[in-house]
Amino acid sequence: MISYDDILAWVRRFAAVVVENKSYLTDLDSAIGDADHGINMDRGFKAVVGKLDGLAGPDVGAALKTVGTTLVSTVGGASGPLYGMFFMQMGGAVLGKEALTLEEFATAFEAGLGGVLRIGKAEPGDKTMVDALIPARDALRAAIADGASVSDAVARMARGAEEGMLATVPLVARKGRASYLGERSAGHQDPGATSTHLLLRSAAEVCAGR
Amino acid sequence: MKKLINSPDTVVDDALAGVVAAHGDLVRVIEPNVVVRADAPKAGKVGVLSGGGSGHEPMHGGFVGMGMLDAACPGSVFTSPVPDQMLAATKAVDGGAGVLHIVKNYTGDIMNFELAAEMARAEGIEVTSVVIADDVAVKDSLYTAGRRGVGGTVLAEKIVGAAAEAGADLATVTAICQKVQDNVRSMGMALTSCTVPAAGKPTFELGDDEMEIGVGIHGEPGRTRMKIASAAEITSLLATPILDDLPFVAGDKVLAFVNGMGGTPLIELYIIFAELKKILDARGITIARNLVGSYITSLEMAGCSITLLRLDDELTKYWDAPVLTPALRWGL
Repeated sequence: MISYDDILAWVRRFAAVVVENKSYLTDLDSAIGDADHGINMDRGFKAVVGKLDGLAGPDVGAALKTVGTTLVSTVGGASGPLYGMFFMQMGGAVLGKEALTLEEFATAFEAGLGGVLRIGKAEPGDKTMVDALIPARDALRAAIADGASVSDAVARMARGAEEGMLATVPLVARKGRASYLGERSAGHQDPGATSTHLLLRSAAEVCAGR
Repeated sequence: MKKLINSPDTVVDDALAGVVAAHGDLVRVIEPNVVVRADAPKAGKVGVLSGGGSGHEPMHGGFVGMGMLDAACPGSVFTSPVPDQMLAATKAVDGGAGVLHIVKNYTGDIMNFELAAEMARAEGIEVTSVVIADDVAVKDSLYTAGRRGVGGTVLAEKIVGAAAEAGADLATVTAICQKVQDNVRSMGMALTSCTVPAAGKPTFELGDDEMEIGVGIHGEPGRTRMKIASAAEITSLLATPILDDLPFVAGDKVLAFVNGMGGTPLIELYIIFAELKKILDARGITIARNLVGSYITSLEMAGCSITLLRLDDELTKYWDAPVLTPALRWGL
């Protein structure tokens, strides 16, 4: 089971990872963007961590929704609505639950991904966070079908995101600010796919050994 | 990095404090960081608002006041503002006749403004939106995020603001904004990148003898890097795609807007304008109105953009109408 405390630990872990990788994400976003991805994610997740202590709990869905709405209100740019929608839709799918089975977590993940696709309208291969989210979802589903443990399944999900992130390097961007560069966006790893990998890797770190 | 700031984290807040201190007769700032016309809401008048990342001053906060914007929402530097800002702005300028959102075509702006418009409609305020997408440097295709909203936005805000000030209704004001979008084209270039305060170093590096053609206003690289050329050649590199795109034809009357990116002195902008006039004269196109200066900038980026708006009597009338904002004031 993935508990309420696990979800909070995941979010806190990612917030710390964002701080560690703020310059890295900003550098990726300088090459094919406007150099603010790390800065924006850091601002948003600092605000999120500030909210976590005030949550009554132990409603996993409500906590995830709060993460989402806080991101929408603080991050700005494209990342705010996209990550905000991801968490809000995840939360909405599991409102009232105090712990999640792996299956419920996958359902919530699908809902989050669906929200991102709906407002961002990206397709696989556009060189966006979706290029990490979809392989992650596929890996998670495959792991569940294999009867994997929580830690194995979440680790495989993170590795799916990593492979997707690396696969964005040769792509020509078709969405977002990188798309203005045309062919010049090829050869650079997408910042959104990178932060998505870091997010899902944080989940794997929290669930390790389970 | 050398900037006139106190700390990267407080740039926007510190600047807004300065704007209010300097222009308190024209604007005020409400939570959460929205610049609002001092006498808003004006009962019965359509509200007009815009917003975007900070770092493009005077756009948009400098355009708040009589005859132009009723409110502007500044995000973090180069970052779209959040829906909370646009919702607060919409409510603050709602005079009961509806509100128009002028949205620059960037992924983040579009999404945040859409969220805000839904929230405002849920509260019973009629909101319309027009997207400005005038940059010819980007191919508008299935394979890009679409054309960026750049210099045409300034012209739209002035013209639309005048129409609203004259009492036009929401449908009319919205249609006029769309007419501007349909008749305006722009292209920019850079001699340097710029430094986002929180990043601490330039977004990209250009050699001493290089320039970047087809840049936007966020310090990002453009389409092509070339060796620096003369003002005449640069003007041609920018103007030709603009003219060919609409297309502008002999007999057209235009508003010619030569804009500085923030780091280029006025003396150079006037050289570009002179070259632009030569090109337009040769094509039989009349410059009926003009604007020369740094109005939509990219922090301290050196470079310029050219915007041409094909004018008719209505657009000309609203361009000429009185305006009183921190950055533009005439006709009073």
